[in-house]
Amino acid sequence: MMSVEAIRPEANDATAVGAFRTFWGQFRKNRLGMLGAVLVVLIAAIAIFAPLIVTHDPIRIMVGPRLAAPSLDFLLGTDQLGRDTFSRTILGSRIPLFVAFASLGSSLAVGLVLGLIAGFGPRWLDNLLLLFFDTIRSFPSIIFALALIALLGPSLASVILVIAITSMPIYARVVRTQTEGLRNSEYIAAERSMGAGTTRILAVHILPNVLGPLVILVSMDVPAVIAVEAGLSFLGMGVRPPTPDWGAILNDGYSYIDQTPWLVFAGGVPIVLATLGFTFLGEALREIFDPKLRKDL
Amino acid sequence: MSALLRVEDLLVRFRTMGPLKALATGTRAPFIDAVCGVSFEIRKGETLALVGESGSGKSTIARTIIGLQRAVSGSISFDGQEIEELTGAERKPYLRRMAMMFQDPVGSLSPRLTVRSLLTEPFRIHGLKDRDAEGEAERLLRMVGLSAEFARRYPHQLSGGQARRVGIARALALSPDLLIADEPTAGLDVSVQGEVLNLLARLQNELGMAILIITHNLNVVRHMTDRMAIMYLGRFIEVGSTERIFDQPRHPYTEALLAANPEPDPDAVLNRIELKGEVPSLMRRPSGCEFHTRCRYAQDICSRIFPEPSTSPDDPEHSFRCHFPIQREVISGFGRPHHTSFGTSDGD
Amino acid sequence: MWLYFAKRTILAVAIIAVAVTLLFLMIMAVPGDPAVVMLGPRATPEMKALLHQQMGLDKPLVVQIVTFFGGLLHGNLGFDVFSQRPVADIVFEQLPFTLELILISILWAVVIAVPLGCYSAVRRNSLVDQVAGVVTVATIAIPSFVMAVYALLIFAVTLRWLPAIGAGNGLWDGLIHLILPAFAIGIGWVGYISRLVRASMLEVLGENHIRMASSFGISEWRIVARYALPLAILPTVTILGVGIAWLLSSAVFIEVVFARPGIGALIVNAVNTRNYPIVMGVVLVTTFLIVAATTLSDVVNALLDPRTREKL
Repeated sequence: MMSVEAIRPEANDATAVGAFRTFWGQFRKNRLGMLGAVLVVLIAAIAIFAPLIVTHDPIRIMVGPRLAAPSLDFLLGTDQLGRDTFSRTILGSRIPLFVAFASLGSSLAVGLVLGLIAGFGPRWLDNLLLLFFDTIRSFPSIIFALALIALLGPSLASVILVIAITSMPIYARVVRTQTEGLRNSEYIAAERSMGAGTTRILAVHILPNVLGPLVILVSMDVPAVIAVEAGLSFLGMGVRPPTPDWGAILNDGYSYIDQTPWLVFAGGVPIVLATLGFTFLGEALREIFDPKLRKDL
Repeated sequence: MSALLRVEDLLVRFRTMGPLKALATGTRAPFIDAVCGVSFEIRKGETLALVGESGSGKSTIARTIIGLQRAVSGSISFDGQEIEELTGAERKPYLRRMAMMFQDPVGSLSPRLTVRSLLTEPFRIHGLKDRDAEGEAERLLRMVGLSAEFARRYPHQLSGGQARRVGIARALALSPDLLIADEPTAGLDVSVQGEVLNLLARLQNELGMAILIITHNLNVVRHMTDRMAIMYLGRFIEVGSTERIFDQPRHPYTEALLAANPEPDPDAVLNRIELKGEVPSLMRRPSGCEFHTRCRYAQDICSRIFPEPSTSPDDPEHSFRCHFPIQREVISGFGRPHHTSFGTSDGD
Repeated sequence: MWLYFAKRTILAVAIIAVAVTLLFLMIMAVPGDPAVVMLGPRATPEMKALLHQQMGLDKPLVVQIVTFFGGLLHGNLGFDVFSQRPVADIVFEQLPFTLELILISILWAVVIAVPLGCYSAVRRNSLVDQVAGVVTVATIAIPSFVMAVYALLIFAVTLRWLPAIGAGNGLWDGLIHLILPAFAIGIGWVGYISRLVRASMLEVLGENHIRMASSFGISEWRIVARYALPLAILPTVTILGVGIAWLLSSAVFIEVVFARPGIGALIVNAVNTRNYPIVMGVVLVTTFLIVAATTLSDVVNALLDPRTREKL
């Protein structure tokens, strides 16, 4: 109950500004959360302004020597094809953020709809959907992803689809559980007694109450998505060359690990910073809004 | 007076376990009859009370009338039209003419809507877009004695009494012919209870709707209602005019309820009554008269034969189910009331 | 309890059935002729026809699914496109390597994490607790393959302390080869388990009978070890069942990074060569593993905690 109160903007103060002030007061005390927020803002800024930051064309080969160490011209050295690693790393920030946004966005939307249907629909449909959710959850995520990619061919679209499919059941289950709880509440009975239809009840009276916790849950999955995208690209199953991507750069570094450590840093450090940043931020948000969120899964 | 709502032989059944568990535990009837063959009617503009301990099925009757619960059998007709079978769009025109207030004053208001949205929701649900929402909200607030500034508040910013007033305003937004009020005074301070009841009485005077009050607060019954029905284990055991029943209860259960209710204290509720024994489980109804396990007048026959309804000779509106109904004038020499109408039935 | 057990088993079987059907439909939903995709553009019509017949592609979909299920019940997962060996043989040949890796990883993680979690709970807000709090969140967040590449770079390439690739020969050599991979997989679990133990330990320590024991003057660590730990470790035991899905996912990356044998390496290789029967075989076997593990952990959970039996 506490959670819903806190998420509701008018809980502590009738205005949105007041609610934000309350939130900010709590958030600024969370040092890791602040660190996470800074990292996330930084990465987002880099992704947005990437074309202004890059020093070389990230795709052109042989702009410099092969596998060079960092220099003033090539800030992070060059890769095996003589491309500028710094520029590739900067531009590589776009893919994970895009993948996270696209996959989690669609996953949230589908999970929300299916969760509402399962929680509000007839019992048999609920059971059927639960079986479906449990089945998808039983697929080993990366192995299932590889299987789908084997069938669809390696591409960013496949990665997005795979992440969307595998993360959906958890969201759907959370929405379902909450919807089921609300469904029997008195205010829903009151709405139905006035003749409100199912669509209206779901959209106006249930959706706003389940959306808050769901968004937090989804935000906590961002680091995992970044890791999966980088991992699949690392295996050569994600982005197609020559598109710059952290996972792909890390793979280049892994291939030439006995010749230069720089590529490994250029690919790996951003992945670590991004996952850490989003994790710290997500943890802080969860602590403020809903300490018990993950427990009822 | 013609009947606005007529309920006949209503049977509502709840499942108590899944089919698998029933099979595993060998339960032959995995359900309970929460409402078990109830018949009554409410006339236009009249107030009827359903009285009984919690679990006696009174709220279930209300929920079945409004369509939140399906009946297994029986009929509910509203203004001469059978409505039990209707669902969705077919039911909607009737829902416009009846309204229900739920027990929890705050909890029955959608938490993320402002009072204004809550009050104008009935218009939106029934597609009355031509009404001026702003004006209607203000009118309704004024009607229940709240200032216009409440329109901007959210349910959790209201006190119980204020929320109850909003609930009343919302229920009466479309001027229904029938208002069902489930424990309208539950969770309210004693002084606020009085205000709410006065408000309801005043609005009934002005708008002329019939009210079905569900309560275990006998003072509400006494001061608000024309007729009352006492429920026990999903059945009516006594029905009649409020005045008459308070004056001459015939069923021993009614007698016990009334006896336990000290007159002027409006806070007294049935929960305090000391009847001997526990309320029997609906899963294992007693044989014969279902009240015999707790009845101080119980005889042999009571545990064997289920009593049919009988009526008072002097008031055909007053009926009850008892082998040994209480007589006002106890003939001396008998230690207890003697039976009057054993075996007779008014066939209603 | 038996009712719960029966329900849970039925659910597990249903999940497997739905999973197999979904996977099968997934293969069929791929645009184009699977035989052409598998054999490449230079395949002769005879080769295609033969493969069609082998895979039963010329029959109706329902028959294919039924045949597929029938085969599964006999342990038949199809045949490797290249070597024509049974898929089941190949998968079960590689599975022990992966299970060994997973087991060792989780083992060392538990050995480190449980004492750490206990200490953090008992000395709450101490320096160790606070540092551990930050470090554990961090280790959970860092992807295992990044960890693996850095471990490889530092200990194998730069310092040359440990072997970089392969599974080694013999027991001792094998264990040496397991150090880095098991480190990369287990480190995240150290964080995860220690946080879990800390949380449940705090809960248990707050309970009455524990406080009672301490009022009898029994020493703090004795209480932790004898009374609190057995209770506090329960959530960890049950989470491990669910954790196998995670572990399998990390194993895929780790096996590739350290060029180890195992089903992870097997499926990555199979995906690259479009060897569909192997891909599907690995998915089926691992799905089965996961369903078995989660069912088992749910049942254990129900045995330990009656409240969970009510839900399903």
